[in-house]
Amino acid sequence: MAITKFFNEMTADDGSVRAHYAGYAAWLSETPADRIARKRAEADSLFHRYGITFAVYGEESGTERLIPFDIIPRIIPAQEWKDLEAGLRQRVKALNCFIHDIYHDQEILKAGHIPAEQVLNNAQYRPEMQGVNVPCDIYAAIAGVDVVRAGAGEFYVLEDNLRVPSGVSYMLEDRRMMMRLFPELFARHRVAPVEHYPDMLLHTLRSLAPVGVTDPTVVVLTPGAYNSAYFEHAFLAQQMGVELVEGQDLFVSDDQVFMRTTQGPRRVDVIYRRVDDDFLDPKYFRKDSMLGVPGLLDAYRAGRVTLSNAIGTGVADDKSIYPYVPEMIRFYLGEEPILNNVPTYMCRKPEDLAYTLAHLPELVVKEVHGAGGYGMLVGPASTAEQIETFRKYLIANPEKYIAQPTLALSNCPTFVESGIAPRHLDLRPFVLSGTEVQMVPGGLTRVALREGSLVVNSSQGGGTKDTWVLEA
Amino acid sequence: MLSRTADHLFWMARYMERAENTARILDVTYRLSLLPQNGEEVAAMWSGMLKIMELQDAYLAKYPAYSTESVLEFMIFDRDNPGSIYRCLRATRENAHAVRGTLTSELWETSNETWLKMRDFTVAKLLESGTGAFFEWVKYRSHLSRGVTIGTMLQDEALRFIRLGTFLERADNTARILEVKYLNLLPGADEETAHAADYYQWSALLQSVSAFEVYRKVYRDQITPLRVAELLVLRADMPRSLARSMKEVYSNLTRVSNARSAETERLAGELESHLRFGRIERIFEGGFRKYLEDFRDRIFDLGCRISDDFLIPASS
Repeated sequence: MAITKFFNEMTADDGSVRAHYAGYAAWLSETPADRIARKRAEADSLFHRYGITFAVYGEESGTERLIPFDIIPRIIPAQEWKDLEAGLRQRVKALNCFIHDIYHDQEILKAGHIPAEQVLNNAQYRPEMQGVNVPCDIYAAIAGVDVVRAGAGEFYVLEDNLRVPSGVSYMLEDRRMMMRLFPELFARHRVAPVEHYPDMLLHTLRSLAPVGVTDPTVVVLTPGAYNSAYFEHAFLAQQMGVELVEGQDLFVSDDQVFMRTTQGPRRVDVIYRRVDDDFLDPKYFRKDSMLGVPGLLDAYRAGRVTLSNAIGTGVADDKSIYPYVPEMIRFYLGEEPILNNVPTYMCRKPEDLAYTLAHLPELVVKEVHGAGGYGMLVGPASTAEQIETFRKYLIANPEKYIAQPTLALSNCPTFVESGIAPRHLDLRPFVLSGTEVQMVPGGLTRVALREGSLVVNSSQGGGTKDTWVLEA
Repeated sequence: MLSRTADHLFWMARYMERAENTARILDVTYRLSLLPQNGEEVAAMWSGMLKIMELQDAYLAKYPAYSTESVLEFMIFDRDNPGSIYRCLRATRENAHAVRGTLTSELWETSNETWLKMRDFTVAKLLESGTGAFFEWVKYRSHLSRGVTIGTMLQDEALRFIRLGTFLERADNTARILEVKYLNLLPGADEETAHAADYYQWSALLQSVSAFEVYRKVYRDQITPLRVAELLVLRADMPRSLARSMKEVYSNLTRVSNARSAETERLAGELESHLRFGRIERIFEGGFRKYLEDFRDRIFDLGCRISDDFLIPASS
């Protein structure tokens, strides 16, 4: 089945420019091509000099790659954003309720809305967290929810990232770059600011400090300079004015976490950790982890330190749990979901598997635990051979896969080698939950630079765009 | 501040300073190698320089003999030589990268840009533009990095550890530059008298540490070894002298003082006051080369102590 109709962010079906893009389109047509070419080259060299890169393993220092940046922004009108924001807040609220419930009374399982074995046998479920209380009952303090827009212009949530979602630094740097390159555009448009995100993040983290701590010390925990998202870790620590620590900088004594400083040990209260659960504490999780802190879990369970995000949030953003999120919203909030979920076939169910196998050329098949755009089949874009390979995987391990209809991801004009051409995109807004839920308008727009590709991940050749929410 | 952060800052500064001084040492030795002399003398000059830089064995493991081209290649580009300018600039950048959040963005970008340029240099490009231009470039990148440090960094602990690294390294390196010169004294020349043929060497040495005009200004007289040594060892107003370097080491050290650092501060203060109240004639009496070697041992010891007191994570 070939998909023919895509929603174009800039132009309507009749070819006219959508109202919220009118100002930009006019600017683009009156700006000389050589000026734009110069500015694009300037952006490239600035990103290199700033070192806004992601590391590529095994290559020499400084060969970190740039994530391609496209100068045509993705523009969202105020009202559309308002609806989207309401839907995202609702969703993340329900997800936090769900995680709290799972690690306490498991009401949703008792009520039969989700099969208990789906949750409790999930590798992301952490029995160590059972009965542990966390400040404000917030588990996913930082959530990055992937949203796409399909054929008729309606939004779908593709994925809830509740573990260590990344990308917010690109959102901020893309804006900084656009303002530097094209200040005149910002004079012409009322673009909602995003620059205060680090302040909001710090505020959120501080609000989640252990009970009784009035002036908490916050740190960012990174796996180190060779991690692919290291730039972001360093960037956020710097912007928040807090220490960027590695596991080796911390130690636990009497269930209290300390960092090693030039003036002796100093207490740490809140850890914004960018290290996966498995590597956090070699005493309890992976024994070979050099990235974690022995005894961290003890301090955490004793309520002496806050980890953001909490341990065990993966139980809620797993692809096998995703289909139940609308149910969570109804169950915990008593509301109807504002945002759509993509219809999902769970291949562990025989009838869903049968359907999936019969419709492979038109479906997207994903590994339940996959991430980063690896291990997936995009039916309409695949060869017969690739489809047959996946068919074998599916029959061998059906429980490892889900399938979804191939969404006609919206596209947006983008600079490519041949000039300007439409490319598909998604959006990752960030939702911060502390004593209150906060968001900056917009998020990170990722764009699939290869013609026809629906995969926007940077590891698969995706790029980014600045995201403008226009103020009314 | 995190001990590990302080460690990266300290070494970032040391490697940048080392890259600069390596360029200076190579520059002066290269210029001296151009004086009329035979091939053996030139080889001895390079071998002496490598010995003082403690890189002679590493060099001989790669090259059968000393030639200007291969020494320059080894000291500028060799990826396996930890003392090459390439490796120093890479280490500067890697240390900066590890603590980029602690640096101002200008300082990080300076270090990153220097490294990106260095990666693009080749032997062929170097020969085309001339070694002099390359050494100038390294010096200017170091000047820039220091200027950006002073011009943008908050005057807190981070800056102290950067300055500590800069001046500890400079103290060591200036001593080595002087030692290189003393290896090249003409046969029969004693340490106190300048030969006419020696003049070019002394002026090259002064130029390599940006001190030629300074010397003229301070002494208003002909160049003598004793005065050159006095300028580069004892004059605290000479920015690259041992006295100035130790003064900075001591003052920065006392400002980061912690519960364990009393003895380290005392030793640094002792060394600093020797330089402050010392006389060059007395130093020469005991033998200048021996003095320099002894000085470097004490700098090495201070470096180890600073590591133990501040930089190596204390056990809980």
